[in-house]
Amino acid sequence: MTDVPQFLGRNLFDLDDYSAAEILYILEAAKGMKEINLREYKKIPTLRGKTVCTLFVENSTRTRMSFELAASRLSADVVSFEAPISSLGKGESLQDTIYTLDAMGIDLYCVRHSSPGSPQLVHKYSGKPVINGGDGRHAHPTQALLDIFSIWEKLGSLEGLKVAIVGDILNSRVVRSNMIGMRKLGASITVCGPRTLMPTGIEEVYGCRVEYQLAEALRDADVVMGLRMQMERMTDGLFPSLEEYSKYYVLSKDTIKYAKDDALIMHPGPMNRGVEILPEIADGKHSIIVEQVANGVAIRMALMFLILGGKA
Amino acid sequence: MKTLIKNGMVYHEGHIRKLDILIEDTLISKVGVQIEDKQSKVIDAKGKHVFPGFVDIHAHLRDPGHTYKEDIVSGTHAAAHGGVTSLCAMPNTEPVVDNIATVDYVQRRAKDLGYAKVYVIAAMTKESLGKEISEMATMKAGGIVGVSDDGNCVQDAKLMLNGMRYARNFDLPVIIHAEDYSLAGRGQINAGIVATRLGLNGLTGLAEETIIARDIMLAEAAGAKLHIAHISTAHSIEMVRDAKERGLDVSCEVTPHHLILTEEACLGYDTNTKMKPPLRTEADRQACIRGLIDGTIDCIATDHAPHADFEKSREFDRAPFGIIGFETAFPALYQYLVKPGIVVLERIIEAYSLIPAQLMGLPDNNIKRGNAADITIVDLQDESFITEEFILSKSKNTPWLNQTLASKIIYTIMDGKISWQED
Repeated sequence: MTDVPQFLGRNLFDLDDYSAAEILYILEAAKGMKEINLREYKKIPTLRGKTVCTLFVENSTRTRMSFELAASRLSADVVSFEAPISSLGKGESLQDTIYTLDAMGIDLYCVRHSSPGSPQLVHKYSGKPVINGGDGRHAHPTQALLDIFSIWEKLGSLEGLKVAIVGDILNSRVVRSNMIGMRKLGASITVCGPRTLMPTGIEEVYGCRVEYQLAEALRDADVVMGLRMQMERMTDGLFPSLEEYSKYYVLSKDTIKYAKDDALIMHPGPMNRGVEILPEIADGKHSIIVEQVANGVAIRMALMFLILGGKA
Repeated sequence: MKTLIKNGMVYHEGHIRKLDILIEDTLISKVGVQIEDKQSKVIDAKGKHVFPGFVDIHAHLRDPGHTYKEDIVSGTHAAAHGGVTSLCAMPNTEPVVDNIATVDYVQRRAKDLGYAKVYVIAAMTKESLGKEISEMATMKAGGIVGVSDDGNCVQDAKLMLNGMRYARNFDLPVIIHAEDYSLAGRGQINAGIVATRLGLNGLTGLAEETIIARDIMLAEAAGAKLHIAHISTAHSIEMVRDAKERGLDVSCEVTPHHLILTEEACLGYDTNTKMKPPLRTEADRQACIRGLIDGTIDCIATDHAPHADFEKSREFDRAPFGIIGFETAFPALYQYLVKPGIVVLERIIEAYSLIPAQLMGLPDNNIKRGNAADITIVDLQDESFITEEFILSKSKNTPWLNQTLASKIIYTIMDGKISWQED
């Protein structure tokens, strides 16, 4: 019995706290949850009486909806706290916010925050388990798990796969968590983008390969992931224009040919069609972009179920 | 009133040996072997070390204006607790120390209520806005020992040049916190692999190095005395070494934390590891240690920077920069540099007492006849447990919180009077 991973009361700050076996266990659990989501009556009573709080100090309607849907389908009560419409916008500290929320009896926090490390703070001040829903450019482990799940579901395993991730690596928390998780399951990662969008020492920190030329990065890839290119990076002087970026780094029929013929196409969304990815690829037969979103609900259900100790 | 410190191991003329010290009123009246004096109160320092009082030339007392973080009384009390008898207060208070009235306030309050001698470093520019130079001459006549905009690094090179020329005119050292804001950006910790791992914006060493390069050139042109605060990178130290070889009047200080800690300390998002300049790489730390040993780095200063718990409890990138230093400086240096045999004890005493006093033109701080009786007695065998209760500063923002450091300050004597005594 000692081999069965234990999740009760644990935090998910990033995937480095989880072993390969634990990640696979989460994927198996998500498989079951996905099946529930395909039913006509999409609800099980497993977390009845538990209260989940989505604490979003950075806007993200999609991720918040995914967490809330996951909690609702497990029959937990859900409260949501969004900074722009609540007191954090009025200058209340995160610490005071947590004390206030905690007084209302929260069992699990799902936190999105622009400041790296804030999920750890939420746990420190609440003493409750926390699922990181994205903290600055640090980590986004639920997105990584759903990406991993999407690949695992299609290809059966990540062992030996070549994964290429293209775009604004510097500002992407999705890449960072994916590199940790995918490497644990045996994949090798190549990241690609201009030097101005590449973090210092990324190879050393994450054990990935760095390519600055798209063709080299995509060569023989089993999985290709595009990342959202954000306009505001231009004003930081990191790249000159979306047009020029697109010319050198867009995922198109012309560039994707360097990858394997049946390479899976992924994108964490929201997409800038025509900038980092062309519709011919985003909507092509190897694209699993829409499925990623569906899998997000299943992964988050699995995590809440495991962490709050739901009864099967 | 007479005090006799007996049987201590005394730092005297560059060596540590067993000597007695006789204090009469505020001055040292005799230093020698086996002094006897029946009328004296005796402090038995057997088995203890007796040093010239520490001189910390970089501190923020937060008074006036931010007295919820620290004030002149609590700040100097903490200084005395750390064995500090003289310190230099930086001007970034509210209002800024850029005028004679505020200089007077700090000096008078310290003199009336303080547990350590406070020397004032005034702003080089009005309100430290980097636009117009301050009335340095008037403030010099009023007692200031140097000028600096410290954390508000002067970005305008022409203004810095003029500030240096004017400061030279009145024989004031210019102290710089070197940071080019365009390069620093929103950097939180050293730009390097730890920043990459934590997803925090990096603060590149280039922000420090480019200003040091600029200001060495400007100081050379102005003929000014330049002191570089809290140096932190190997390249910066190389530039100072080169400037000194060329005979320029350039000096620099290093903090205990840059000598002891690296960016790795930030890995748990502890906001007590967040300061400017940020903790750097191990290679930079080694360069700081080499610089301290070979004298390229003249002295040690803590950059004591108190911030309230509610400020440091915020998200890492929203918390203020800075840590306190008075009460951990010597124990941390002793534990991490002296005990392992990396730096000799005598060098620490020079760098945290005698040399900084010289650099800022303070009275000679050697333990010798005729000098002020500013003396620190340390038990190197004991240890300091750095708890919130231990810390007398109003703020508790230190990376060594709840850790044990080697050695303990047991007496601090300022002008012949005990300013700290361990019970």
